[in-house]
Amino acid sequence: MSISIQSIHKAFGNYTALDDISLEVPDGSLTALLGPSGSGKTTLLRIVAGLECADPGSGRILFHGKDVSEVAAGKRGVGFVFQHYALFKHMTIAQNIAFGLDVMPFAQRPKRAEIRQRVAELLHLVRLEGLDKRRPHELSGGQRQRVALARALAIRPKVLLLDEPFGALDAQVRKELRRWLRQFHDEINLTTLFVTHDQEEALELADQVVVMRNARIEQTGTPQQIYDEPRTSFVYEFLGEVNKLPDGRYIRPHEIELRFAAEEGVDVTGRVSHLFVAGPFARVSVVPEHGRRGELEIWASRDQVEEMALANGDVIGLHFPTLKKLT
Amino acid sequence: MPHRCPTTESAPARWLLIGLALLLLSLFLLLPLLAVFVEAFRRGAEVFFAALHTDAALSAVRLTLLAAAISVPLNTVFGLAAAWAVTKHRFRGRALLISLIDLPFAVSPVIAGLVWVLLFGAKGWCGPWLAAHDLKIIFDVPGIILATVFVTFPFVARELIPLMEAQGNDQELAAVTLGASGWQMFRRVTLPNIKWGLLYGVLLCNARAMGEFGAVSVVSGHIRGKTNTLPLHVEVLYNEYQFSAAFACATLLALLALVTLGLKSAVEQISHQGATRRT
Repeated sequence: MSISIQSIHKAFGNYTALDDISLEVPDGSLTALLGPSGSGKTTLLRIVAGLECADPGSGRILFHGKDVSEVAAGKRGVGFVFQHYALFKHMTIAQNIAFGLDVMPFAQRPKRAEIRQRVAELLHLVRLEGLDKRRPHELSGGQRQRVALARALAIRPKVLLLDEPFGALDAQVRKELRRWLRQFHDEINLTTLFVTHDQEEALELADQVVVMRNARIEQTGTPQQIYDEPRTSFVYEFLGEVNKLPDGRYIRPHEIELRFAAEEGVDVTGRVSHLFVAGPFARVSVVPEHGRRGELEIWASRDQVEEMALANGDVIGLHFPTLKKLT
Repeated sequence: MPHRCPTTESAPARWLLIGLALLLLSLFLLLPLLAVFVEAFRRGAEVFFAALHTDAALSAVRLTLLAAAISVPLNTVFGLAAAWAVTKHRFRGRALLISLIDLPFAVSPVIAGLVWVLLFGAKGWCGPWLAAHDLKIIFDVPGIILATVFVTFPFVARELIPLMEAQGNDQELAAVTLGASGWQMFRRVTLPNIKWGLLYGVLLCNARAMGEFGAVSVVSGHIRGKTNTLPLHVEVLYNEYQFSAAFACATLLALLALVTLGLKSAVEQISHQGATRRT
């Protein structure tokens, strides 16, 4: 089911959280809302879920063409996974997952056996079989995350909303779960919108990335488009490391080529101020000569650095093959 | 020289501090408690039970129980509602409401009693109207209940507000997105999370409701067998030099305090176990 967000505006007192936001989330897609904290991404997600109201008279939220702006959160058919999971800590895992079914009005509520069956299916789906009688505090962060997901899916939601789904996990688990979530999404094909401040996460996971900043959308596109063709300097700087040249042009560290100072095609010469080699990669910091300020960071291969026999203090040449000028 | 961990005090300092604490504890807390029981039984168990078996004493116990039976449930509901409003919502005047909840703690109980006299007494604002309708509040049971309700107002709310503040409302919101109604959310999610705090607040509220003296004394009028609560009855007996009887009745209040303390620590222990299991 597609989500259509149409000119949504939201202010908290004098503070504008969302300024005329419009966005299309295609059916079955996995879309990331990416931005620094305070950019409004979580507020937008909560408005889509119905946990927060857009300012009166601003815009509409449509699910599959149907206006849900005035529909209560519980009736929108959204699965919401909170940043810290918000599991019911006094209930078992099975009770947590069954909650959405248990609170249904009597006429719609599945029979006990059906609920049990559904919980078992969901536990299987999130690969937590056998943990049904545990309580949330007995589970690891990654397991709790998947319980929260199973609980949200129990009510067969039409869209899935995730608030910083990996924010509270350590780096290793985060990477594993990220891959798992992508596979999982491809299996169940549920329209999914998630919030993150981690650009790597957004680029790796999403079909569509929406970069937000200061209550506005900076750019929307596929991960490739966002990374390769940033439209604003903010997007350039926010997605991956980048060198800003004094004349306002941007270049990514891996795009700069290292050459000997006297070689042909050298755009700038500079002195190596820092050299760091890790595995097959090398990071070289260069202070440009001739009055240019600031360091440039270059990512090169270890082979090249060793071939050139680079050392701190050497004067070397840099070549900038592509240069983009942005506002 | 024996090994000593740098974070522990030296032995003499430790014993001095512990000794001082124990001395003060027994002087100010244990000794008075002991005195109550010793005085009560000074003239034998017979006198003790006879003192409890008078009409005046029984009526005082009844009135005390009645006041508690009305004010505790009332303030439990109020405390829940207030804590809910204050912690789960942000609205104009929220800070003012929190301060208002504390008002009964801030004012002297005597002033609290006087306020009711001023409002409902024979010469008070509503006095003539009440007299015209043949209603009596001051120097009667309703006044005592009003005063008790006022004084015990903040206990439950005060206990719940920090607890619910710390828990946030993520779990409630999760319940809402899963389709729970307001009542389902409260009963299945909120209440189980705050039950120990709530019980604790109710216990303290009850102890105060039964033990309140100042406010109740002002509105009661000390009509023996009619408007005397247990604490007031103790005072009356004492003023009449019936020391053994006074202390006999006082033992009931002391026992209430001991039972409350016991339950309180049991609640703390159980909820603490629950909390450590959860983290």
